[in-house]
Amino acid sequence: MRVFAFRGRDLVCQQAVELVTDYLEGTLSRPARRRFEAHLAGCPHCPEYLAQMRETIRLTGRLVPEDLTPQVRDEFVDLYRRWRSEQQ
Amino acid sequence: MDSDSEFLLRLRSGDERAFVSLVERYHEPMLQLAASFVPSRAVAEEVVQDTWLAALRGLENFEGHSSLKTWLFRILVNRARTTGSREQRSVPVADPEPAVDPSRFDGGGGWADPPEHWIVAAEGRLEAGKLADRIRAWIDELPARQREVVLLRDVDGMSSEEVCTVLALTGVNQRVLLHRGRSRLRQLFEDEFREVR
Repeated sequence: MRVFAFRGRDLVCQQAVELVTDYLEGTLSRPARRRFEAHLAGCPHCPEYLAQMRETIRLTGRLVPEDLTPQVRDEFVDLYRRWRSEQQ
Repeated sequence: MDSDSEFLLRLRSGDERAFVSLVERYHEPMLQLAASFVPSRAVAEEVVQDTWLAALRGLENFEGHSSLKTWLFRILVNRARTTGSREQRSVPVADPEPAVDPSRFDGGGGWADPPEHWIVAAEGRLEAGKLADRIRAWIDELPARQREVVLLRDVDGMSSEEVCTVLALTGVNQRVLLHRGRSRLRQLFEDEFREVR
């Protein structure tokens, strides 16, 4: 009975790739998540696809803001001082 | 990282260094975000300058219902939207856009042209700085709405709730845009770094 309840229709790869973000965001329902994971367990390619999406997120997340130039920094110090003098 | 309340205290009491470190942290991310709403870098810079001034002037009224960062980016987006007047934005996410080109699947929806391996090559073939430049260029080419979500979520590290607040998106639309943006980036990595066969 239990198995039957969770089986539903099997996912195909083309559907699985559309669920990756919901899967990573944790927004799939429990049965949908099981279906997704069952597909991964039996698919030779989708685990690689999921790994690539994770790697995409990891590499994007490593970007760091460029440093401010001294000139821009000085402009902001001025801006702050002007604001402070408005306050007085 | 200092807590918001500590930061606010320092800002309100005239601590220049607190302000500069806030600017150092958020100025560049704000510029990148603003640029997706307005026609030029120069206009984006104006919007960001205005935002900083508005933020300082509004500091007294900041009540801490959201994080300082969310509050700041919300001011920015409101100003950028007004300036950019790209107001067809209120109907987002209509067209279907598959994560992977449909021609890569067979009639049954299985991979016919499976994902090519690139993870090892991505870091091996380019030095870190060049790779970062490449990724930045790809993000710049994403459709504006996808770019905004990817920047805030994956580059700036905001939570999905914060992104929804800043961009006034529903959770579902935020995820759709994130999914499309990330999927496009994955494809660009694959195109760039697939192993030569």
